Amino acid sequence: MIFLGNALGLLTLNALKHDGFTGVMLLATAVMGALGGLLAVAALTYFKRWGWILGRAKWLWREWLTSLDPKKIGVMYIAVAFLMLLRGATDAAMMRAQQVLSVGQSHGVLSADTFQQVFSAHGTIMIFFVAMGLMFGLINLVVPLQIGARDVAFPFMNSASFWLYVAGAVLMNVSLVVGEFAATGWLAYPPLSELRYSPGVGVDYWIWSLQIAGVGSLLSGVNFLVTILKLRRPGMTMMKMPMFVWSVLNAMVLVVFAFPILTATLAMLALDRTLGMHFFTSGFGGNPMMYVNLIWAWGHPEVYILILPAFGVFSEVVATFSSKRLFGYKSMVWALGSITFLSFLVWLHHFFTMGAGANVNAFFGIMTMVIAIPTGVKVFNWLFTMYRGRIRFTTPMLWFLGFVVTFTLGGMAGVLMAVPSVDFQLHNSLFLVAHFHTMIVGGVIFGLFAGITYWFPKIFGFRLNERLGRYAFWCWLTGFLLAFVPLYILGMMGATRRLDHYEPSTGWRGLFIVAGVGVCVIGLGIGFQILQMIVSVWRRKENLDMTGDPWGGRTLEWSTTSPPPVYNFATLDAVTERDAFWASKQKKASGGRKPHYTDIALPKNSAMGIILAGFAFVLGFAVIWHIWWLAVVGLLGVIATIIIRTSTDDSEYTIPAAKVEEAA
Amino acid sequence: MTDCVLFASLFATYAVLHNNTFGGPGAHELFSMPFVLAETLILLTSSFTAGLAILATHQGKRNQVLTWLSLTFLLGVAFLTMEITEFSHLAAEGNSWQRSGFLSAFFTLVGTHGLHIATGLLWMTVLMIQVLRRGLGTATVRRLTLLSLFWHFLDVIWIFIFTIVYLMGAIQV
Repeated sequence: MIFLGNALGLLTLNALKHDGFTGVMLLATAVMGALGGLLAVAALTYFKRWGWILGRAKWLWREWLTSLDPKKIGVMYIAVAFLMLLRGATDAAMMRAQQVLSVGQSHGVLSADTFQQVFSAHGTIMIFFVAMGLMFGLINLVVPLQIGARDVAFPFMNSASFWLYVAGAVLMNVSLVVGEFAATGWLAYPPLSELRYSPGVGVDYWIWSLQIAGVGSLLSGVNFLVTILKLRRPGMTMMKMPMFVWSVLNAMVLVVFAFPILTATLAMLALDRTLGMHFFTSGFGGNPMMYVNLIWAWGHPEVYILILPAFGVFSEVVATFSSKRLFGYKSMVWALGSITFLSFLVWLHHFFTMGAGANVNAFFGIMTMVIAIPTGVKVFNWLFTMYRGRIRFTTPMLWFLGFVVTFTLGGMAGVLMAVPSVDFQLHNSLFLVAHFHTMIVGGVIFGLFAGITYWFPKIFGFRLNERLGRYAFWCWLTGFLLAFVPLYILGMMGATRRLDHYEPSTGWRGLFIVAGVGVCVIGLGIGFQILQMIVSVWRRKENLDMTGDPWGGRTLEWSTTSPPPVYNFATLDAVTERDAFWASKQKKASGGRKPHYTDIALPKNSAMGIILAGFAFVLGFAVIWHIWWLAVVGLLGVIATIIIRTSTDDSEYTIPAAKVEEAA
Repeated sequence: MTDCVLFASLFATYAVLHNNTFGGPGAHELFSMPFVLAETLILLTSSFTAGLAILATHQGKRNQVLTWLSLTFLLGVAFLTMEITEFSHLAAEGNSWQRSGFLSAFFTLVGTHGLHIATGLLWMTVLMIQVLRRGLGTATVRRLTLLSLFWHFLDVIWIFIFTIVYLMGAIQV
């Protein structure tokens, strides 16, 4: 029986063995890590700083890790996402290096298997742990402030979501050292991802890191949906909400409807692999194409889950820096709504070549083209917002301008591919890769960067260095164009995606070199961003924001101090207009009336989120390696944590009104 | 709501796979209708007693709440026992989830429902202890209401399972 087998399941010392390049890299990292650790221990003992370190650790635990404050959770999301971005970008650089070097006789630095793991990891990390992390981070920072609320609807669940996301990310990185990662691409299509063709633990790592992080996203989706629907400031009707809040509302609706499909699909694949079921196997009545349908029924809405908040960011940025109200508010809302609806009707365009028949393909092709209409509405609304505005070319605005250009180009490529007959030519080619990178990098990532720069002073109380921000932007934009325009051309020339080797006679090498140079320029951009962060913190005195309104903002978050107090707003005055803060600035002091302060109840810190995610991690790791007793421990731990937390009634503390008045 | 979509995915999968028996037995050969009907009636009754428990909650009658909840709990356990019996019979006859795509989908769909019932039973136990120890405070009343919503929802899902898996399985040849 498997249950009585080896106490460590499939886990043996072999899991730590790695071949070739990866092995060398890992060994180097391990040696460096060990040396660094020893050095740190020695230095601490020598300088007698252990007490200081413990104090810091305690502070980190009390002020950050166990915090239920969405502003702090947001910052932690973004920090983790940036770390994952570094890993994802390293993967990208490795792929580009391989494709530059591995021509003809030479086979480059990566073995075919390692290369497959690298591109699978790159996609998985960038979507689930970078884009999703940055997005949820920004939502945590901004949404409660923009709707004028003091907290989210379920603060503890928010912390649990974040830590589940971290658990998924850690599990994913553990695969780098213990065992292997999936070599099946970022969506792990069966039958390749079935046990028969991928007997290792790679796909299991993929399944469980996504499953754990995915449950976190699902909970976040529910949380913010309820927050937006129930916790808005009195007087803020739906049609008075800031556009970013609208975009998040739509994205969260998509999360709530799409993520359960991912959960079910991953569970079925896991059942196939672990219990020998036959959902997606090629024999025994399984149906691999069903997996592809299900995964894209989640996957296409996922694309919009990522891009809608970016649209929202740009709507805020453009209105603020053009000093004008957003053009066509109502049409923006309807455009968001129709994109949300249509995003569930286009999933089949990811596999026109499946052979569903001309009529089915035609339907999904037309739906895909239709979705370009609301998107076009949004682009024109942004442009009309700028028209005759007083535009200030700050860094967030630069990101917006870069976005409009790249996103429109990428969008056109998308409409082109929506024609099924064209898609048959371009399917699985680098043209496709170039297209979705234009959307995700030029759309989502630029948007999130704009948002982070824009709201940074609100959260930390000082602005980011503008000059270095501009350098970072120009490096990203040129690097991006250099890296991906060649891929469009290569795709047209017939280069397929996920190639680890090709012949010189194809004539592709020059373009691959250009793309490689592009990645280096993007790397320079990331370097500038890190430098920008360091310099801005170092010289924060020069960029302090004393007013709480550094950009001449329009929405409620700018009406409180920067950084805001833990309760966000001292009083919850009713809202009467759309750009509430702008309107109140125009009216100047309605003054005279003394504000009325009340007691504020806030959630206490809780370590339960970390503990819960810790047990979830143990559960995932144990199932991957078939260590059944440990899996039972993990599962019981999760259940016990939930029961203990839900039985706790005393989870809030109160800040008395006098104290609020004192601070205000 | 999210659970609805989860079940919808599983139902869709079942619908696609329900004829993929791979030479093994199909739905009409496997299921015993009287047995399933008994299961259904038990679950429906438990939904009724859960409703009575909520009525008692709103009248603040603690002992009645506990009585009705215990009854619901027992009915839930009976339902789960019958389901496990059915599963083990199927497996013992060599028709486990490894037999065919159809059986994989069947076991997962019905098993997921069973897992939800088990979760509900655990939840119910926790709440009964809370009611015993703290009485019917606002927080507890809210939790009881949520539990009963969840329980009725599982009932609705079961109706769908009963119709789509068992009844339609029995009709088709």
